[in-house]
Amino acid sequence: MPNMSMKKVPMPEQDPNVRNKNFLEVALGYTEQMAMEEAQRCLNCKHKPCVDGCPVNVKIPEFIQLIAQGKFEEAYNKIKETNNLPAICGRVCPQETQCEKFCVRGIKGESVAIGRLERFAADWHMKNGTASHDKPKKNGKRVAVIGSGPASLTCASDLAKLGYEVTIFEAFHVPGGVLMYGIPEFRLPKKLVQDEIDTIKQLGVEIKTNMVIGKVFSIDELKEEGYDAIFIGSGAGLPSFMKIPGENLNGVYSANEFLTRINLMKAYDFPNCDTPVKVGKNVAVVGGGNVAMDAARSAKRLGAENVYIVYRRSEAEMPARLEEIHHAKEEGILLKLLTNPTRILGTDDGWVKGIECVEMELGEPDASGRRRPVVKEGSEHVLDVETVIIAIGQTPNPLITSTTPGLDTKWGGIIADENTGATSIEGVYAGGDAVTGAATVILAMGAGKKSAKAIDEYLKSKK
Amino acid sequence: MFKIVKKKILNPQVKLMEISAPHVAKKAEPGQFIILRVNENGERIPLTIADFDRTKGTVTIIFQEVGKTTKALGALEEGDELLDFVGPLGKASHFENVKKAAVIGGGLGTAIAYPQAKKLHSMGVEVHSIAGFRNKDLIILEDEMKAVSDKLFITTDDGSNGNKGFVSDVLKNLIEEGNKYDLVIAIGPLIMMKVISNLTKPYGIKTIVSMNPVMIDGTGMCGGCRVTVGGETKFACVDGPDFDGHQVDFDEAMRRQTMYKKEETLSMEKHNCRLGVEKNA
Repeated sequence: MPNMSMKKVPMPEQDPNVRNKNFLEVALGYTEQMAMEEAQRCLNCKHKPCVDGCPVNVKIPEFIQLIAQGKFEEAYNKIKETNNLPAICGRVCPQETQCEKFCVRGIKGESVAIGRLERFAADWHMKNGTASHDKPKKNGKRVAVIGSGPASLTCASDLAKLGYEVTIFEAFHVPGGVLMYGIPEFRLPKKLVQDEIDTIKQLGVEIKTNMVIGKVFSIDELKEEGYDAIFIGSGAGLPSFMKIPGENLNGVYSANEFLTRINLMKAYDFPNCDTPVKVGKNVAVVGGGNVAMDAARSAKRLGAENVYIVYRRSEAEMPARLEEIHHAKEEGILLKLLTNPTRILGTDDGWVKGIECVEMELGEPDASGRRRPVVKEGSEHVLDVETVIIAIGQTPNPLITSTTPGLDTKWGGIIADENTGATSIEGVYAGGDAVTGAATVILAMGAGKKSAKAIDEYLKSKK
Repeated sequence: MFKIVKKKILNPQVKLMEISAPHVAKKAEPGQFIILRVNENGERIPLTIADFDRTKGTVTIIFQEVGKTTKALGALEEGDELLDFVGPLGKASHFENVKKAAVIGGGLGTAIAYPQAKKLHSMGVEVHSIAGFRNKDLIILEDEMKAVSDKLFITTDDGSNGNKGFVSDVLKNLIEEGNKYDLVIAIGPLIMMKVISNLTKPYGIKTIVSMNPVMIDGTGMCGGCRVTVGGETKFACVDGPDFDGHQVDFDEAMRRQTMYKKEETLSMEKHNCRLGVEKNA
């Protein structure tokens, strides 16, 4: 008998007033009982609309049925057939716009908690699982993968499973891309990302860190080194600034810098870790996406009293996940909506002392369908803050494109075929944020998967 | 891991290390830098490439012990290894149509000016080098600079080497004596680069400075190293570190450099106090 409850089994979380002072994970995950109870809400529909909503087509009803039967390791293996990073996806995918959006149970009540169940299976395996995968038989062909974020990790592991000898080149000292430097510990524990990466290494994937492609090797030189195909998954790591006066004052950060200091360099543990970070009593975070939420919630955890999200549209237009906005509010983050910064004010010795803003009204919808904000006359006001974090987006880093003649780009992103990731250079594929600009982890993974398939077909056709 | 194959003490605070890093050595050019991390909880710090040997696969760094990380680095010996060493980063220096150049190093900046002088010298440019130090005990790379310069002037702030004065005084004299420079390269503390840039501006001599802002990744993904050049924001790690000295906002750069002063002191105190504990144990 299915569990006909209209609502998801709630997931335990740390109390908001406790967790906003630590960097431990907010959501604590299901117990075995909770997972089995929630799994029983799945109707195991014949047409499986949820699967089509997943960019990597996880066999959702199948793995959920296995959880319902208490076969947790089997459930994990079922997910792993198509998804290489389940512990990560279960935590950071926007399920409400992907798999769970199409769940039949969502028509009259809440959808099945697919993300939470995926996370449960992955966590259960990490704690209790034993099976390490046999190394696939090598087919003698080599593929270079640039970057080690979600797109690259997915592409690399799919290719390794097919027998390719895969080398990942990562610029930073640890692999993982945005999973390591961008998404905070309290949403995605780094130990867990490391564990997922280790399972990929078990497939025989080699990861070379401290390698900035474009500087240490060009794309052509990688070919000369004997790689038969190349996948570029270098992400969108170039921060945008607002180009308003005062942006270079002391105390103004890009969200990338702020989060990299905290997540990658563990500045929250200064001086035990050597990298410092500075947070004032009052902090303004400019932007309304997930990165803005992450920065604001991190600032709060570093002891800031008042953390403002300054966003020029209304809450309905915020690109951040509802869950993250909800979490931020619970933790005491203050939303300054329909507010746009015009300049950052400094003290005589050059430190931030405030941010001047104007109020906005929503006008006619623009090309993107969102109502365009218009400045309200005479609404200038100053928010007293000592720290400003700019989180208005990132664009692809030009390091590779600028050193690769013949690689076509548009708006800074690499032009790649939507279905294969093929670029303007034969044998060179690209996917993830490097192509689309900043998007989601799961879309990057979907792109990595498609490219792996296309690279396999390309290299098979070549012999 | 990156092995220290040679260590040399240049003066009480300044040390030279040759690091085995074949990939970096293969591509390194004057003007570029590396980022290193000494150990697991360490920070990433940028250091300019002072020299490189493509056949030996080594990169030379020269650093001054000013804080926790450089002290920890300086405590390592030949045979020890660095955890991370990434590069070459930044744009290589470009020299075109230069017949006569003045290369100026202030203190540790001399180590960064050296590969530039060497490159210019190898291109057949007439090189006048000026290196300034606080006192004679701090002089570094005198022989090396001599070998790549047509003329070398070494000054000390206190005159302890018999040649008292600032590098800017020497440059001013050389210009007034009628030396026509196509290029001045100034590398050292921000204040010294500012003074040199202000000096050459009225003469219209092209002046290149090497900026040394706070950096994290060194690949253009955070903007921590931003500097204002000609009214525009640039990232020193990808657009530089060399910039036109007449366009750089030095006052802003000096201010940004002080951002973590308090934290740097704290980190250093903790380091020293831990060293004290170990010594007593």
